[in-house]
Amino acid sequence: MKKRDNQSYDEFIKGIWRDNPVFAQVLGMCPMLAVTNSAVNAIAMGGATFFVLVGSSFLVSSFRNWIPKQVRISCFIIIIATFVTIADYTLLALVPKVHKELGAFIPLIVANCLILGRQEAFASRYPTRLAVMDALGMATGFLIALFSLGAVREILGDGALFGVKLFSENFDPWIIMILPPGGFLTLGVILLFFNWFKYKKDEFLEDVAEAERSGN
Amino acid sequence: MDNLLWIFISALLVNNFVLTYFLGLCPFLGVSNSLETSFRLGLATTFVMLVTAICAWVLNTYVLIHAPYLRLICFIVVVASTVQFIEMLIKKLSPALFRAMGIFLPLITTNCAILGLAIFATNRGYGFWEGLVYALGAGIGFTLALVLLAGLREESELSNIPKLIQGTAMNLIIAGILSMAFMGFAGLFSTT
Amino acid sequence: MNADGRTETAAPSSLRLVLTLAIAGLISGIAIIGIYETTLPTITANKARELREAVFKVLPGVTQMQPLVYRDEQLIAVQEPGKDEPVVYGGYDEQRNFVGYAMPGAGPGFQDTIALLYGFDPEERQVIGMEVLESRETPGLGDKIYKDAVFVGGFSALSTDPEIVAVKKGTKSAANEIDAITGATISSKAVVRIINETQAAWSERLPPPGAEPPIVEAAPAAGGAGQ
Repeated sequence: MKKRDNQSYDEFIKGIWRDNPVFAQVLGMCPMLAVTNSAVNAIAMGGATFFVLVGSSFLVSSFRNWIPKQVRISCFIIIIATFVTIADYTLLALVPKVHKELGAFIPLIVANCLILGRQEAFASRYPTRLAVMDALGMATGFLIALFSLGAVREILGDGALFGVKLFSENFDPWIIMILPPGGFLTLGVILLFFNWFKYKKDEFLEDVAEAERSGN
Repeated sequence: MDNLLWIFISALLVNNFVLTYFLGLCPFLGVSNSLETSFRLGLATTFVMLVTAICAWVLNTYVLIHAPYLRLICFIVVVASTVQFIEMLIKKLSPALFRAMGIFLPLITTNCAILGLAIFATNRGYGFWEGLVYALGAGIGFTLALVLLAGLREESELSNIPKLIQGTAMNLIIAGILSMAFMGFAGLFSTT
Repeated sequence: MNADGRTETAAPSSLRLVLTLAIAGLISGIAIIGIYETTLPTITANKARELREAVFKVLPGVTQMQPLVYRDEQLIAVQEPGKDEPVVYGGYDEQRNFVGYAMPGAGPGFQDTIALLYGFDPEERQVIGMEVLESRETPGLGDKIYKDAVFVGGFSALSTDPEIVAVKKGTKSAANEIDAITGATISSKAVVRIINETQAAWSERLPPPGAEPPIVEAAPAAGGAGQ
């Protein structure tokens, strides 16, 4: 029982850092840049994707033995599209203002390579429990990535976070950050940091291996 | 006519699908290391967009009035079918091209640019000709962005780039600068 | 990593494939229709409320409104305008007197299309309010068309004879002129142009002042009072 729990936990945690869908796998780019011009929008999109990913993974994994291989992609898409439509109408009813900001990008969750990718690579092959943990981890990682991007862009581009002004009136916002180029640049710089981090870590591990080899 | 021209130029330059709306990024970042493949993919995508725009208009006008909630599923089915069809077409007409494009053909299906096109055109209530012109502008704009980035990447292959920034990070920053350049197209149509 | 063991069966028949897709489609359809019906009342109510708020904003003093369309050469009140039918909204006060029209307009701005609603008083031939509904203008510059209180305030008593003109900031001299926003000339002029174009489209259709369609009581929530 303990081993199973560890494995579940592993599936969950890998999506947050090591296999983070945005930073490590570079998937789900389209919504990533489009809706992260403010922290609220980023969280809303992250939440919607969370719902769709976990829901789809749950269904796909539960029915994986009944879906014939030949039509699996079509079935995945039908399931994903259904969840997205549900999310779309729910958001429209509950928070119309946020829905307006996100606009067409909610239905576009359907084309998010992350979700389809997870169904194909994981949910359709593993038991429901693990599939759901995987989905939860990936979705959380995605949410964290979206939020960090959205927060940076909003703070630099608008001088605010969640609409709350952070700086005094003298702060001249870096407007480009909330415009499209800002999205590209911010993500590029974040990936740069990731590369640097990975590089340093590899260097460190190499040093450790080197030290061990020389019989320290 | 004024309106159609505005729609076309807007989709092509001012509100470029890739550089302003962030649609079609997967192929944008994934394929653009080869100028030729980029161009071909752009053309294929444009064709799919045109067909999708027509089908979307037909669906919107005759079918979806009664069932607006089925819009997303119908659009996805249209896109997937069109891509399937064009795959078969290319395979028949030019097997060499088919092999060269490899996996990127079926990947057009998940290209958010095409679905995005259908959704935008619907939201803006475009008629038949407007939708068509919009698709044409969007497709050419997509191809343009792809080709630009591919050209830049091919050029930079021979330069000395620090290992740290190579890869997607660099592509994104180049894309950011391209996007800034395209911002200059705003106001192209101001009448004053 | 372990995948649960699955024995390889023979390729499923076409019937099985079609059946799977059909069942998936059916369940999906039911789920979607379900959520649609569930959220429809809320969504319709939201839309109506948004419209009311916008109309009340551009027509000060108004407490009721109704859609008006142009059919058979006259302006009549309807409950539901046709799908693509051009519509304006009549605003009425507590005493059911006509106050003005709330007229929607749209057109290209600097970056993308601007959609707005403005209030028009046919007797004084003035614009009495303006509200930007949708825009994608440059943040910090073009978006001042709705963020700059001075610009928006300039639409509270703006004559439409012969048409509105946007002039350089600080040089407004006539009743039909409005100060443009410094640094956002094109966005400002776009707003003015949209209003002028909408006026031109509707001026022939509006009845003479005093002959506007009276407010028709919609089916009220409690008890039937209208006709």
